[in-house]
Amino acid sequence: MQKFDFSQKKATRDGFGQGLLEAGKNNDKVVALCADLIGSLKMDAFIKEFPERFFQCGVAEANMIGTAAGLTIGGYIPYTGTFANFSTGRVFDQIRQSIAYAGKNVKICASHAGLTLGEDGATHQILEDIAMMKALPNMTVINPCDFNQTRLATMAIADYPSPVYLRFGRPSVPNFTSATDEFVIGKALQLTVGTDVSIIATGHLVAKAIEAAYVLEEKGISAEIINIHTIKPLDTEAVLASVRKTKCVVTAEEHQKNGGLGESISAVLAQYHPAPQEFVAVNDTFGESGTPDELMKKYHLDTPDIVDAALKAVARKKA
Amino acid sequence: MNYTELEKLCHQVRRDILRMTHRVNSGHPGGSMGCTEYMVSLYFKHMKHQTAFSMDGKNEDIFFLSNGHISPVFYSVLARSGYFPVDELNTFRKLNSRLQGHPATHEHLPGVRMASGSLGQGLSVACGAALAKKLNHDPQTVFTLHGDGELQEGQNWEAFMFAAHQKIDNLIAAIDFNNKQIDGNVSDVMSLGNLQAKIEAFGWETTVVEDGNSLGEIDGALNYAKSRLGNGKPIALILKTKMGYGVDFMEDDHNWHGKAPNDEQLARALSQIPETLGDY
Repeated sequence: MQKFDFSQKKATRDGFGQGLLEAGKNNDKVVALCADLIGSLKMDAFIKEFPERFFQCGVAEANMIGTAAGLTIGGYIPYTGTFANFSTGRVFDQIRQSIAYAGKNVKICASHAGLTLGEDGATHQILEDIAMMKALPNMTVINPCDFNQTRLATMAIADYPSPVYLRFGRPSVPNFTSATDEFVIGKALQLTVGTDVSIIATGHLVAKAIEAAYVLEEKGISAEIINIHTIKPLDTEAVLASVRKTKCVVTAEEHQKNGGLGESISAVLAQYHPAPQEFVAVNDTFGESGTPDELMKKYHLDTPDIVDAALKAVARKKA
Repeated sequence: MNYTELEKLCHQVRRDILRMTHRVNSGHPGGSMGCTEYMVSLYFKHMKHQTAFSMDGKNEDIFFLSNGHISPVFYSVLARSGYFPVDELNTFRKLNSRLQGHPATHEHLPGVRMASGSLGQGLSVACGAALAKKLNHDPQTVFTLHGDGELQEGQNWEAFMFAAHQKIDNLIAAIDFNNKQIDGNVSDVMSLGNLQAKIEAFGWETTVVEDGNSLGEIDGALNYAKSRLGNGKPIALILKTKMGYGVDFMEDDHNWHGKAPNDEQLARALSQIPETLGDY
């Protein structure tokens, strides 16, 4: 199996900050808004370069979402920045009416998604944001897996005239995808070729899926890893092509099982190619304080959990 | 346009509102009739705007209706301005219509730049559009209309704070202060207190229009507000209107917030309002 270089570690939110700066340089219509979390969102570089194109909104996320929607009227491409919790649940109705229904070209950029926010605990660890955003008509949902992919996604969405929810995180994680590949919204990436099980992963769980594949290889199981960065619209062709070959699937995400990527995959499989599926996701519970590593272990989002799920899926296929 | 012509328009718009809501036995005639003079003044006298509609509205004044439920007055004024055929008012709230119950951009009705209906969102949107005008070096103005009951939504107060902090001084926000909401008087349901003092405390300039159904008073207030643009502060107009204005049995009665007239009520109401420019 192909080896991936995990030696460099960087946070996806740093990829966002870098991508935002470059998007701003490439397109003078890109503007940014933030709700009192400039440092956390890594927006400093953009603000330094383009102070007149940045709007500090204070701790008032509803107004930030509405202001962003208004900025599109006049031709701007607003990127809003705050934690994923305050980017979605707190402002769902504002997003629904003023952005999604109104079809406004706003990029909702959400950091600190999921358990890996860590010690702040469950109030801030949103695990329901993908569910909320993918339920909205007109909304594209992107959850990149590392620094490079987040940077590329941040730049790509500027040229994509549609509301976008871009989800990323706080901790340093392996940076292993190409820094130069074209980021195609809606296109899945096949990271490894395998024959026994498809592991379909998004966000921070992609690196863990790769680690799991190494372990599975030692056990004689060949895993095909599909990196879904765009959860909606879903690359159903890539999913079906892989599962038709492997005949079983594990989905892995730092999100609730309810409403997450796994459910989107299930819906595709149920309709077009029923197959055994195991879910690596948070199972209808809130998180808690702890280090990211401790939390990923406790809530069964870690490498061994993906290995176990793959073994189960393969066993079900044979049963 | 002189007051006589504006008054004729007000009569016709009120007839439109009554006939539109009656036809589908739904919609919100009360607030629509209370805001008729303001909307007619904006679209036929004070706003520089083009009926060849562009979403971006560059180099023209643009308007956002935050209290989207008074869509009948918005649609009538847009149609009478020439944004779309007056006959299309016939389709209000019907299946496959561009005239949705609450204004929407989804069906591409010319003149509408934002969906509204879920309350309290319009001022934020207007702030964004006003900031876009500044970035574009566009000297024109953003106008809005909000309900008074709507100000119970907290997002408005975020926007009041934001607009003052950002010195959004190309914005004139009007509040339809009829003291009426679905469950009764605003002062009884949840009082706004001293609204003018509150908005001024947030860093805005304010002007109170004591009779928000007087074309002359509205004209004076808008002229004054426009003279204050560009002074570093956003501007609010508090319009003391009467819900259901223009029909004696509807006036100042909160029950007409979201209720359409029946056949008999429509006949009585229309008998009080001359048909000046031709019914649709």
